[in-house]
Amino acid sequence: MFSFAVFFESFGPLFWAARYTLLISVLGIGLGLVIGTLVCAARLSPYLPLRRFAAIWVSFLRGVPLLVQLLVFYYTLPVIGLDVPPTVAAVVTVGICASAYISEIWRGAIAALPKGQTEAAVAIGMNPRDVWTRVILPQAVTLSLPALINELILLVKASSLVSVVGILEITRASQAQAATTFRPLEVYIAAACIYLLINLCLAALGRYLEHRTAV
Amino acid sequence: MEWSILQQYGPSLLKGFGNTILCWALGTVFGMALGLVIALIQRYAPRWVTWIVQAYIEVIRGTPFLVQLFVLYYGGPLVGLRLDALPAGLLGLTIYGSPYFAEIFRSGFRAVPHGQIEAARAIGMSELNIVRRILLPLGLVSALPALVNFSIILTKETVILSIITVPELLYQVQRMSTETFRYLEANLVLALFFWGLVEAISRVGHRLEARITKHLVERT
Repeated sequence: MFSFAVFFESFGPLFWAARYTLLISVLGIGLGLVIGTLVCAARLSPYLPLRRFAAIWVSFLRGVPLLVQLLVFYYTLPVIGLDVPPTVAAVVTVGICASAYISEIWRGAIAALPKGQTEAAVAIGMNPRDVWTRVILPQAVTLSLPALINELILLVKASSLVSVVGILEITRASQAQAATTFRPLEVYIAAACIYLLINLCLAALGRYLEHRTAV
Repeated sequence: MEWSILQQYGPSLLKGFGNTILCWALGTVFGMALGLVIALIQRYAPRWVTWIVQAYIEVIRGTPFLVQLFVLYYGGPLVGLRLDALPAGLLGLTIYGSPYFAEIFRSGFRAVPHGQIEAARAIGMSELNIVRRILLPLGLVSALPALVNFSIILTKETVILSIITVPELLYQVQRMSTETFRYLEANLVLALFFWGLVEAISRVGHRLEARITKHLVERT
């Protein structure tokens, strides 16, 4: 029978572990934003080698499963002599992986802007820098907010994979909990509930932003 | 990497690759089928049924695939669902993919011009025939690019099955690397392999897509 006692008791430790899930996803998307913006800039640059490099970056990171990326990164660190805490390694991997998707989100948003906007800005004599910082980027950022929230939801789910390299986030904590209580069904369903709760909140935030920015 | 290692582990790697392809192909086909059923239910079933289906979609899309697999594989036996790793993985992949496929079909159906369906109704086609001859053929064509894309995403999800010990490619690679202590090389080669695989599948998929939707382009 489904034991509600175990089910409710597992929420305490799992909520505690949810800090790490949130930490990894939020820092991951932060790092992804920074790298992703650079990659997107490289992708749109007039220099062919930069464009090539960015294209390969995106295609590799989107073509290789995150779990394999995590393992490669995890095993590379000791070889190049870097001794960083597993949490840092996880954040960096998740961030690098997210950067590929985020650069594509930026690219899509920039491409979606009407060409007339740039033309008008140039026509009234704005210099290229102002065109970017005052016309293109503010609009592109607003346009892509819902997509970025979506990416964050994907990262919250993807962060379950870092349990494999031993970080005590929700999934890993639920594995430990399942092992001590011998009730995997209840514990894993509780874990699923917490993920669902986080993601429903994020989805609501996404809808709110979409509603607010849709003028 | 020495050749003797490849010789020794070649067969198990090949078997792992076979399992990866098997899981991917069957998971995609079953997931698509279940997704199509869900999309049709949402279109035709009474309100309260669509609510249940919508809840299913939200739950599956809001939780990580890995946790779903854990519930199924480790929690399943507690309610009498005792599955081996491979069938559990297949079932998991099917369940995981179905809501995404359902949403793709749903927006494909929405892209079918309403006039087509009204016209079919006006000339007295039965509802079943409308689905079979109008909704499916037209909706599937417009859903095709998204279907191809999501099938490619599923290729990458198959590696997660290794965590519940489905003997697919990553599982075999990990077994090999714990025996030979070549963790980095093995995983790096696996990453490159997947990169090539996903690129190849997406090339083929997009060519197929272009071929099937050729009649749409020519007319404009």
